[in-house]
Amino acid sequence: MSDEAQPLGAAPAGPRPAFGLIVAVAIFAALALVPLVSGVWGGGWLTSLAIRAMIFAIVAISLDLLLGHGGLVSFGHSAFVAIGAYATGIMITEGVYEMALILPVAIGAAALFAVAIGAVAMRTSGVSFIMITLAFGQMVYFALGSLAQYGADDGLTLWSAPDVFGTSWLASETGVYVTVLGVLVATWALVHAVVGSRFGRVLRAARQNPTRVAAMGYSVTRYRLVAYVIAGVIAALAGVLWAVHAEFVSPSLGSWQRSGDLIVMVVLGGMATRNGALIGALFFVLIEEALSSITHDWRLIFGPMLVLIALFARGGLAGLLDRVQGPR
Amino acid sequence: MSEVVLQLEGLRKAFGALVVTDGVDLDLRRSECHALIGPNGAGKSTLIHQISGLLSPDAGRIAFEGRDVTHLSQAERAVAGLGRSFQITSILPEFTVLENVALAAQMRDGSSFRFFRPAAREERLNARAMEALGIVGLGPRAGLVASHLSHGEKRLLELAIAVAGEPHVLLLDEPMAGMGRAESATLTETLRALKARYPILLIEHDMEAVFSLADRVSVLVAGAIVASGTPDEVRVDARARAAYLGEDHVAAP
Repeated sequence: MSDEAQPLGAAPAGPRPAFGLIVAVAIFAALALVPLVSGVWGGGWLTSLAIRAMIFAIVAISLDLLLGHGGLVSFGHSAFVAIGAYATGIMITEGVYEMALILPVAIGAAALFAVAIGAVAMRTSGVSFIMITLAFGQMVYFALGSLAQYGADDGLTLWSAPDVFGTSWLASETGVYVTVLGVLVATWALVHAVVGSRFGRVLRAARQNPTRVAAMGYSVTRYRLVAYVIAGVIAALAGVLWAVHAEFVSPSLGSWQRSGDLIVMVVLGGMATRNGALIGALFFVLIEEALSSITHDWRLIFGPMLVLIALFARGGLAGLLDRVQGPR
Repeated sequence: MSEVVLQLEGLRKAFGALVVTDGVDLDLRRSECHALIGPNGAGKSTLIHQISGLLSPDAGRIAFEGRDVTHLSQAERAVAGLGRSFQITSILPEFTVLENVALAAQMRDGSSFRFFRPAAREERLNARAMEALGIVGLGPRAGLVASHLSHGEKRLLELAIAVAGEPHVLLLDEPMAGMGRAESATLTETLRALKARYPILLIEHDMEAVFSLADRVSVLVAGAIVASGTPDEVRVDARARAAYLGEDHVAAP
């Protein structure tokens, strides 16, 4: 030990904060321009695509809190989206149009569900954790499919947009667009703050070495459970937005394939990076749209792309972007 | 005789048919260093794991500062004041050295269920962490990512983490494992300084360190204590010599 200059690795891990912020602002600005562009080219198709991409980005960012930062491979995350969407669909079907009532119900249901699953799943780790979250996700999927009075497997059409404190803000596409973008930016900022906070530090430390963190005096399970609830609630919020945007909800929102897609988005974009989940989700939805317009078997093209990215872009797309920025 | 802070009574632990802790009675008193020695496989680490709560004993009782902690979780025991280091280096490899220690300090500084303020910029936590790093001599390495430390430095980081948690006692599991001679000598002096602040239960194979630091020495063989006393008593104890100490150790002053 000496006072020599700090050797390699002395810089904080991860991308330079300023660069990550610039990338995020650029992405949000580009998304804000979409409604203007759609007036000239693309029309409703373009805004609808962007809304879908942004909703997935919200969910992916929430999943990254668990997957990337917490090391918790939740394979049932889409269940929370479905819970939020169905809370909205069912309440509107039952004549409750006020968002101020729908939101607390959606959030409360997701939080309750997260606590229930989490209390069981957090006792395990690794493959068991994956299996338990998958199993609970499937339970939600089949439970929603059995709701005969709410469309069962065929899903449920929302005949009316919800009110927001008595206004019809969410009845226009612009209103929905601005709201989804706003929630996306807020989610991005919130998850980032949480990751850097005291709570986030315990969560990130527990991913690296849970035994050490417990020996320091932290009840690891409690921190993980809280992270699970936060991520679940955010995903449910995205589900509410989905229902409002699509005016239709179906059990397939909560299918395990969708949970898998969400994991792919996060890994593809770069786990536990500032913008990885955001970039991964946008990229995934855009590529899906582009490729599926060419061929029905678009996954045959998408699969090899994933393999290439996994092989050559360690740290995902965000890591790639970081390298483009040049060496530190 | 000064006050007993940690007391083990009839502790017993078996893995299947293998009894690794066989009715151990042991105590640690205020302001002493009690060394636990014994051959490899004697069950020393298993004993520390039971005291710190990583393993739970099959039978027996652990009292800490007059309170029965036998059924507390590892985290609860750490909060109660049982700080420990691990034989096999157990740090947070992706965090900086500073953040490793600041996280330990954070445990003593109000709630960790705070979600917004950047923890890395909390000056009070960083100052506490730097203080602990200063004690073990790792101050200049604070900004380094922990996985880039040398082995010896990681051992010191272990100790700094334990100290930053403001323990009431230190359970040190072979702090000198894998260290060079010079490093061990330096660490011995660091531990001598720490001894003034905390009672220390020390597991160590470095006999030079043990006999220079310990006020009492207990010898663990096959899960049972076969000898216990001052270093001088243990040095000449026939059972201890037979079980563990080589003749050269005994002959050494």
